[in-house]
Amino acid sequence: MELEPTIGLEVHCQLATRSKLFCRCPADFGGLPNSRTCPVCTAQPGTLPVLNQRALELALAAGHALRCTIRETIKFDRKNYFYPDLPKGYQISQFDQPLCEWGELEFEAEKGRSKVAKIRRIHLEEDAGKALHPDGLACSLVDLNRAGVPLIEIVGMPDLASPSEASAYLQALRRTLRFAGVSECDMEKGSLRCDANVSVRPKGQPELGTKVEVKNINSFRNVERALMFEIARQSEVVARGEKVVQETRSFRDSEGTTVSMRRKEDAHDYRYFPDPDLPLFDVGRARIDAARAALPEGFAARRRRYQGDWGLSEYDARVLTEEPAIAGFFDATVAAGLAPKAAANWIQGEVLAFLGETRGEFEQLRIAPAALHALVRMEEQGELSHQAAKKVLRRMLETGDSAAAAAQALDLVQIRDSGALAGTIDAVLAAEAKIVGDYKGGKETALNALLGRAMKATKGKGDPNLIKQLLLEKLGKPGG
Amino acid sequence: MLPADLTRSATALAAAVRARRVTARTAADHYLGRIAAHDDAVRAFLHVDPAVVRAQADALDARIARGDTAGALLGVPVAIKDNLCTTGQPTTCASKILADYRPPYDAHVVERIRAEGGVILGKTNLDEFAMGASTENSGVAASRNPHDLKRVPGGSSGGSAAAVAAGLAPLALGSDTGGSVRQPAALCGIVGHRPTYGALSRHGLIAFASSLDQVGPMALNLEDCTLLMAVIAGHDSRDSTSRPGGFDAAAARRDDALSGLRIGVPAEYHSDALDPEVRAAVRQLEDLAVGAGARLVPLSMPLTPYAIPTYYLVVTSEASSNLARFDGIRYGPRDEQQELAASYATTRRRFGDEVKRRIMLGTYALSAGYYDAYYKKALQVRARIGEEFARAFARCDVLLGPTTPTPAFPLGEKSDDPVQMYLCDVFTAPAPLAGLPALSMPCGKSKAGLPIGAQLQGPTGADARLFAVARALERRLALDLSPLEAPRGA
Repeated sequence: MELEPTIGLEVHCQLATRSKLFCRCPADFGGLPNSRTCPVCTAQPGTLPVLNQRALELALAAGHALRCTIRETIKFDRKNYFYPDLPKGYQISQFDQPLCEWGELEFEAEKGRSKVAKIRRIHLEEDAGKALHPDGLACSLVDLNRAGVPLIEIVGMPDLASPSEASAYLQALRRTLRFAGVSECDMEKGSLRCDANVSVRPKGQPELGTKVEVKNINSFRNVERALMFEIARQSEVVARGEKVVQETRSFRDSEGTTVSMRRKEDAHDYRYFPDPDLPLFDVGRARIDAARAALPEGFAARRRRYQGDWGLSEYDARVLTEEPAIAGFFDATVAAGLAPKAAANWIQGEVLAFLGETRGEFEQLRIAPAALHALVRMEEQGELSHQAAKKVLRRMLETGDSAAAAAQALDLVQIRDSGALAGTIDAVLAAEAKIVGDYKGGKETALNALLGRAMKATKGKGDPNLIKQLLLEKLGKPGG
Repeated sequence: MLPADLTRSATALAAAVRARRVTARTAADHYLGRIAAHDDAVRAFLHVDPAVVRAQADALDARIARGDTAGALLGVPVAIKDNLCTTGQPTTCASKILADYRPPYDAHVVERIRAEGGVILGKTNLDEFAMGASTENSGVAASRNPHDLKRVPGGSSGGSAAAVAAGLAPLALGSDTGGSVRQPAALCGIVGHRPTYGALSRHGLIAFASSLDQVGPMALNLEDCTLLMAVIAGHDSRDSTSRPGGFDAAAARRDDALSGLRIGVPAEYHSDALDPEVRAAVRQLEDLAVGAGARLVPLSMPLTPYAIPTYYLVVTSEASSNLARFDGIRYGPRDEQQELAASYATTRRRFGDEVKRRIMLGTYALSAGYYDAYYKKALQVRARIGEEFARAFARCDVLLGPTTPTPAFPLGEKSDDPVQMYLCDVFTAPAPLAGLPALSMPCGKSKAGLPIGAQLQGPTGADARLFAVARALERRLALDLSPLEAPRGA
């Protein structure tokens, strides 16, 4: 019996707000434990939540970017359970009326085949803190810096047919959210977290098999690893003639396996009910429309534009839309006046190579799009050779200097003064009488040798075109 | 000692301090002295720190000496129910689970009182987490009714009501979820107001049932209650349920409120269970109103008896969630055990029986499989009760009836029978379910000398009108509203 897997992902992503969802504490990663807390997010008695409006805007942006239907009224519910990292004893979330429903995400299921997966819902909720269990300590420690940080949970339909599809879906989801400005989606920092629901069924059977939820998939690499293991495990269970147990399992990175966390009958009863501290809040049609209008262009639309309107190759378009910062820089460079192809070449070549070598982030780039344009114009106007331009750009990237300042500092500005070059050329002609003789004897290639000598004499700074022109003026035609 | 006229009126006291006839320190010392003399008998206060009180008064006197006499409550001590957060003094909800808790911030209403020159006098007793109607559920000790020390002061704001009635504080704050300001006000013979839901910020009010909790002012008379209400009412961006707009104190002081007033009198408020003396006092008040130009509108509000079961499903559900944070992890005492679940269980044994009962009831009402039959059904009935009020207020301006079925009952009489205790809320529970304002005012005394309270209820936002009506009635009643010189029945 041939089995096929069905996979749906539940993705938590941290919204790129400055402050937490219901208080004004900073929401960014890091900080000394419990330094980013206040009476509200430590659940001091008597404190009340107030919704961060920026978080709502970003959640709306996510809903639009994933083409969801968006509710005009926002309702929050309490999810009740006890754990030391959950200060109030409940998490403020959305239960039966999520902000966004029924969206979709197009992604490249495999090379050249695109697929559309349905999004079931997106809801807003607050994060919990962290419980730490340090080795050698007889107690656990609680850090509430993360408590109250705004999240959206994006629940996908079970539309994914393989671990590689799941991985491609997650990559596309990440890129979509990053281009929408919704989230950093950094798995290492925990701003993107993924749980997977996975089941297997005989090929062709319409009903889904028994679902197992896999948690703690904490890197992109592990999405495929965890799913491959879990599908194989379930397939073996079925092959033995047994039934898959509905349960929640945890992925173990070190072994590449999943282990049971809790079974269905041990599932929590979260006793959801509407949070009386947060009355129904009217988002309003106007605000929903404004969020759509403010949505930045997505990566797929940009790829189409780069290929269709600007004639870039698929490869170029893909590289330039890898990160929103790259695409933004590229667009700004073109807007500054540089031709798209030239801008693409410079960014893909020198800029990305530099960041690769220095392990830098595009966001920390020290040059502005206009500076790159100024550099290319120097080359076009003959002030820099192509090789020199590359060196100058390197310095610009390292120091943040302008093109002119970097060229000056490196002493690479071309000598384009025929008067200044004439003396050098005369000296070369005098010193290289043999080559001059060859040229005059009809050996056309001897001119290149003279050009090389002259370039060397100018330490590479002479404008080769001008030197060639001056040589021709002085020597006339070969054999002449 | 303060002159007697100043002990009868917080308004006069503030004016006297402003006019430099008395100092804030004199007022503070007067009330500290009263507390020292009488609170062993009344047990109204859980925490009073004389040094902290005198320091506040001295700071005010220094400010006044510099010529700055701003503040509506200048030099007036205010007693604060111990479920409102105060810096510098403990806040415990009369619960062992919050023993010695000191909040890092002031409640909004406490901030407002300090900003207007009020002095935070101390923290008053309550039923633990405001769950009760007698203060007998306090985790510390029951307060006594100063009109008869063998009787309860009512609850849950019984400490605040007893303090004002006994002259231990000129003003007090309580909180009202299902009657916790109005019922003790009635039983102690003072004025207590439950504002329209959202008229006062809940920031710093330790939550019992968030959708019903409201802070309320308590005073000897309507003028003083108006003074305090005007200070504490108003919008606060830290509470998402806070309403825009403030309290119209000028409207609350209008003296023509009875003329042409339509007073609704629901038949259900005068059932056979009503104590005859309470009935007679309320009927007399109706007659007084009619004599002053008001018209009585007989009504039927048949959902009235459903308010109590509805109320107890909603409040227990919300409380089960609100009280989850008392887990010993971040504050309060912790009874550490090997296993986490055992630590929780042992720590939470510090809750008193009534609190445990309500947490269990609420957990049950919200659990899978029971939610629709209990919590959801309660919300549906709650909406119907709101509609019934709306129909009533289409025909009348205010509703008048008794605040409580009986005057103050003896200590211990109902403490072993939670359902009997819950029935104390029969007239006070409906208005909170609909978010409506309601005020209790003294309207006479029983033959045994126990105070009787009448309740006025109005539509959303009608707080000032209730004050004006009550004020007009208070003037015509001409009761002696002085605080007791000493508690009675020792």
